Amino acid sequence: MTAPITIESLCHDFQDFRALSDIALEIDAGEYIVLLGPSGCGKTTLLSILGGFIVPSRGAVKIGGRDMTGVAPAKRPTTTMFQDYALFPHMTLRDNVAFGLRMRGMARRERHARAERLLELVGLHGDAGKRPHELSGGQRQRVALARALAVEPDVLLLDEPLGALDLKLRRSMQDELKSLQREFGTTFIHVTHDQEEAMAIADRIVVMNRGRIEDVGPPERVYQQPASLFAANFMGETNRLPATRGPQGLETPFGHLAAPQAPSGDGPFTVCLRPEQIRSGTDGWSLGSARVGDSAFFGTHFRCHLHCDDDAETTLIAHLPPEVQPRPGARLTLSVDPARLTIFAAEGAAP
Amino acid sequence: MAISSTLRGWGFVTPALLWTLAFFVAPFAIMLAMSLATLEGRELIWGFDLANYRRLFGQSFLAGAIVVSLQITLTVTLVSILLAYPLAWIIAFRVPPRWQRLVLLLAILPFWTSYVVRSYSWLLVLSREGIVNKALMSLGVIAEPLQMASTRFATVTGFVHFFVMLLTLTIFANLVQLSPNYRRAATDLGASGWQAFRHVILPLTLPGIMVGAFLTFVLCIGDYITPQILGGNNELTVPQVIMVQLGRRGDFPLAAALSIVLMGLVSLAYLASARWLRLDRV
Amino acid sequence: MRRLQWGYLFVAFAFIYLPVASLVLFSFKDGSLPLPPFEGPTLRWYAEVFGDRRLMAALGHSLMVAVGSSLTACVLGFLAAYGLARHVLPGSVWLRGLLIAPMTVSYLIVGLGLLIVFNQLGIGLSLWAAGIGHVVINLPLCFAIIYASMGAQQQNIERAARDLGAGEVRVITQVTVPMLAPAILAAFFLAMTLSWDEFVIAFLLTRFEVTLPVEIWSLLRSGLSSKTNAIGSIVFLGSAAIVLLLELFIFGRRRP
Repeated sequence: MTAPITIESLCHDFQDFRALSDIALEIDAGEYIVLLGPSGCGKTTLLSILGGFIVPSRGAVKIGGRDMTGVAPAKRPTTTMFQDYALFPHMTLRDNVAFGLRMRGMARRERHARAERLLELVGLHGDAGKRPHELSGGQRQRVALARALAVEPDVLLLDEPLGALDLKLRRSMQDELKSLQREFGTTFIHVTHDQEEAMAIADRIVVMNRGRIEDVGPPERVYQQPASLFAANFMGETNRLPATRGPQGLETPFGHLAAPQAPSGDGPFTVCLRPEQIRSGTDGWSLGSARVGDSAFFGTHFRCHLHCDDDAETTLIAHLPPEVQPRPGARLTLSVDPARLTIFAAEGAAP
Repeated sequence: MAISSTLRGWGFVTPALLWTLAFFVAPFAIMLAMSLATLEGRELIWGFDLANYRRLFGQSFLAGAIVVSLQITLTVTLVSILLAYPLAWIIAFRVPPRWQRLVLLLAILPFWTSYVVRSYSWLLVLSREGIVNKALMSLGVIAEPLQMASTRFATVTGFVHFFVMLLTLTIFANLVQLSPNYRRAATDLGASGWQAFRHVILPLTLPGIMVGAFLTFVLCIGDYITPQILGGNNELTVPQVIMVQLGRRGDFPLAAALSIVLMGLVSLAYLASARWLRLDRV
Repeated sequence: MRRLQWGYLFVAFAFIYLPVASLVLFSFKDGSLPLPPFEGPTLRWYAEVFGDRRLMAALGHSLMVAVGSSLTACVLGFLAAYGLARHVLPGSVWLRGLLIAPMTVSYLIVGLGLLIVFNQLGIGLSLWAAGIGHVVINLPLCFAIIYASMGAQQQNIERAARDLGAGEVRVITQVTVPMLAPAILAAFFLAMTLSWDEFVIAFLLTRFEVTLPVEIWSLLRSGLSSKTNAIGSIVFLGSAAIVLLLELFIFGRRRP
């Protein structure tokens, strides 16, 4: 039904390529975890290891307290929802969903009843006799979900489940996945490269890059106080300002910045500010005045390129509320709340 | 412009079309007509006479050839599939991907011996002084050499040898284009290796097998060389009888009628496997 | 279980190579019959093969017929595939079916049909007749292979060329054919293989000048001899070498 997962010192190599380095993670039973990262970061490898399709080079995976590191997929309390759904084309939806139950020896009537109940739950009532090729992408995905949940796994692994869907469908499926997870209580592990999707759906996000975990935490915390520069960049647009340690705090292109949250040392540093943190006005740390370059309307805000007077080299990207009316060529005075800035040691510098 | 496009399209297709009509359809039609003709001495009388067909099904010799052909062909098809599938499976799923193509190529390399020569080499291998008999005798399994060449067994063996290679190729191609996620999903849901094969892989490869089986049937039933070299004189297949009618007796009408019957058998096989064969989907 | 599978692989390969190995081995035997025990080795049978004028001539004939008929089949097949794939024709399903139909007919019947026609028309039998027959059996294959690779992607590239001002003939010669080169080459190679080795049609439709399989057949008629082993081995080892080289250096290289 559900179980916690412990991943200890997991490493995996493909020939001479290191896919995962020292992954350690504790996941509570019933959590919705999203593994987020760019292609090649190792998130799918990690999922495959959790599913039992790959035996890791080093390290251990414990599910529900029991060591499952080398256990085959058939014997694990996990099921995987594959990216291409892998619905058996020669079987009806009912037989697809009932497949796992059949493998467990459940009698036909009972497993068909179970399968039909699950299909109803995912909104495909009455379609039980159809074949997968008769369905749309979104419908197929639901069948794949029903099939995976039919065997009542402790952990459900989802490999980029929403990648093939268009935007609107993706949004509604995100809601459905979330509510299904709440209802079943199963631990969900969901892989994606879309940070908006991760934020919409996760209890906790695991940001990965090049085989390592960059950050772990609830969406809000990871977005607003990312643990690393990579995580900051990946979670959303961010402006990066170079800075060094000076007598009065940090020296930036916009002047001094008192920044108690900066790491120790002399720098150099990178100051990250998010587009929506930039305000028109003089409240907080001043960024001087700027001329609006391009400006695009996004419904809830204007996304503007701002060319700053104080620093000709830097163009800031800001999300300004519609009331500000930032037209190209207009002049604005900018500021930001310094407490919300995140500061990291610059890349290539000693940590 | 639209009309011109169609005309130009016809222009491209016409050469191939004309060739097919002139050298395939027309000869076939004439052969059909020939099968309804009769031979009086050395004179060919055209007409609409079913005499040839009556002889075919009436004379036990000729009807017997049809039975022999069917028996051999069905046996060969079944045995070849049963032997080729595991071989294709092993190459597709047990051999490391880097070596798959090479191993497959090695498995079908004897394809490139001349067809005539390959049947001839089976004659050598299976003859009373051949390798198999010599080996069996030296191992003490038998005391006297077995009569293997010039029997139906030799014919079937020669055919199976050829078609196992052909089917291994086609089944392999079929297996590797299956998404690996099917098998993964099946085992993920609790299936053992055998169950995954039986419930998922096998049904999904069935269309490919049927195509291969049909191909085997067509090639086998129409083959003259292998039964002629390996089969001996006790029984003849339809192609052998056709050649006899042509060569010795010059009885073109009867040969034509036999050919039409052969086509009929192939058509029956096509109908039986049409579900899997969607030839319109080239 | 694994052991069983590797064992099966081994046994299967043994079965597959048994006749061929025997063929090659006894082509070197110094004795009258190509049967065990092995005595020798000797190259005298190979010398006899190369000295056999009829055999060598037949080899040349096979090559000519194979190249000629395969080229014809490829050209006709390509044109037909292009016409059907790039122009909307009424009844194209039937056209395609008709062009493919000869593939399902036994070679014996194709040969017999042509024999009857040529006899009735008083046309003599020759390598040309055999070549015509070979085009009949190879045209469907070439058509099918090339047609299958003329997809939408290729069509878009051709459209781009037309858009830039090229006439249709230009597009075909400078864009389509190069683009489809792998498929066309594969079709040509396959047609060559089938024609080179084809017996029945060649047997029925040639008289004085014959192809290699027919000549080997005549050899067989005159009894078992290691000479047949020799020519068989030459054909096998030659073709196998070509195939292996092609695979190792051309087709196989495409994998990363």
